[in-house]
Amino acid sequence: MLALDRRMFVRSVGAVAVLGLAAGRLSGDVAAQAAPVKGPFTLPPLPYDPAALEPHIDATTMGLHHGKHHAAYVNNLNAAIADKPEISSLPLEVLLAKLKDVPESVRTTVRNNAGGHANHSMFWQIMGKPGGPGPEGDLKAALDRDFSSLATLQEQFNTMGGKVFGSGWVFVTVDKGGNLALEARPNQDTPLMDGKRVLIGNDVWEHAYYLKYQNKRADYLKAWWSVVNWTAVGDRYAAATSGKLAI
Amino acid sequence: MTFKLPELPYAYDALQPYMSAETLQFHHDKHHQAYVDNGNKLIVGSGLEGKSIEDICVAAFAGKNAGLVNNIGQHYNHTHFWNWMKPNGGGKTLPGRLERLTDEYGGFDKMRADFLNAGATQFGSGWAWLAIRDGKLEVTKTPNGENPLMHGSQPILGVDVWEHSYYIDYRNARPKYLEAWFDHLVNWEYVDQMMG
Repeated sequence: MLALDRRMFVRSVGAVAVLGLAAGRLSGDVAAQAAPVKGPFTLPPLPYDPAALEPHIDATTMGLHHGKHHAAYVNNLNAAIADKPEISSLPLEVLLAKLKDVPESVRTTVRNNAGGHANHSMFWQIMGKPGGPGPEGDLKAALDRDFSSLATLQEQFNTMGGKVFGSGWVFVTVDKGGNLALEARPNQDTPLMDGKRVLIGNDVWEHAYYLKYQNKRADYLKAWWSVVNWTAVGDRYAAATSGKLAI
Repeated sequence: MTFKLPELPYAYDALQPYMSAETLQFHHDKHHQAYVDNGNKLIVGSGLEGKSIEDICVAAFAGKNAGLVNNIGQHYNHTHFWNWMKPNGGGKTLPGRLERLTDEYGGFDKMRADFLNAGATQFGSGWAWLAIRDGKLEVTKTPNGENPLMHGSQPILGVDVWEHSYYIDYRNARPKYLEAWFDHLVNWEYVDQMMG
């Protein structure tokens, strides 16, 4: 049966059933897929319920995004490096910084899937239930210093995210001195590929927002700030300035 | 001359259940319209005003004009995409000329498998194609708004693998979308027309 038919059925039985049915379908599909490829990399659990980011990001999107898209990156990465012992023991951020040393036969696959794994692992971590505190302390001071205000950062970040043509990400990077900068990357590329560190990033692949926002990426970019977990971002900032931030 | 959004050649619900009316409404009315609007803005002052859309594709790519490549490229791609589909399309019966090229290529099943694989393996947004190069059939794929014209061959069939083309109906299952599209929607008569 096409997803379309299921979806129309789902609509007709109401919103409460949507979550249950969507979750059931997800677990069923995951079970029906090939078993996860064994390897050094694993899908991290979502640190909250898939519905926790409602109404800004819907539970169905979160379930698919984490359980399907991110899981596929992990699986494909493990498969690509399975018979490459010289790279399979490297930490993810090292692997990404040394792509030129990855055998050419798997380099593009590693780039796309290691990037996808790193980007999404960061992404889940920096989001949380709406209504949390804003940036504080050293992080707030750095935001004010480098962007003049959080509002200015958000405006510039959203503009940059809106200009990514096709799939990609928009990031705020942080160096060991605590300096912040904006950059966008296509597909699953990441500043980690240049040895940089990511403070925050937002996914502008259509799968991140299409079920709820469709073509209105700008609305998604704006709403996304409501689910940024500034406490987690503050922890990342502290880790970055003490040289301990990995991905 | 400014570019205009063409009408869909069928009703929004004509391609159900393989492509929903909701998908076509967003895809045609919003996404394609945005490419037309942005393309018309970007062409002003580019030196390519008044040229054919095919010439603009080639010149914009050669001149590394990313905005025009993407937006005029997407206008070209989508204008044909609507016509590359029809209700009750698909099937294995190809028009004569295409059948001969497909036989030379290695047969229908190989062509279908290679086309679906190209679509499944285009990482991120883009398109998979059948094109003619030096009188021979080729299967290829391109990112974002690019198309085979920019790479020196003549596109005759293209499938959109941007997530907006299938996410409402198929979610992450791009291979299922590609199979359904190829087996049930392709308008082979229009493919034949694209061969000139």
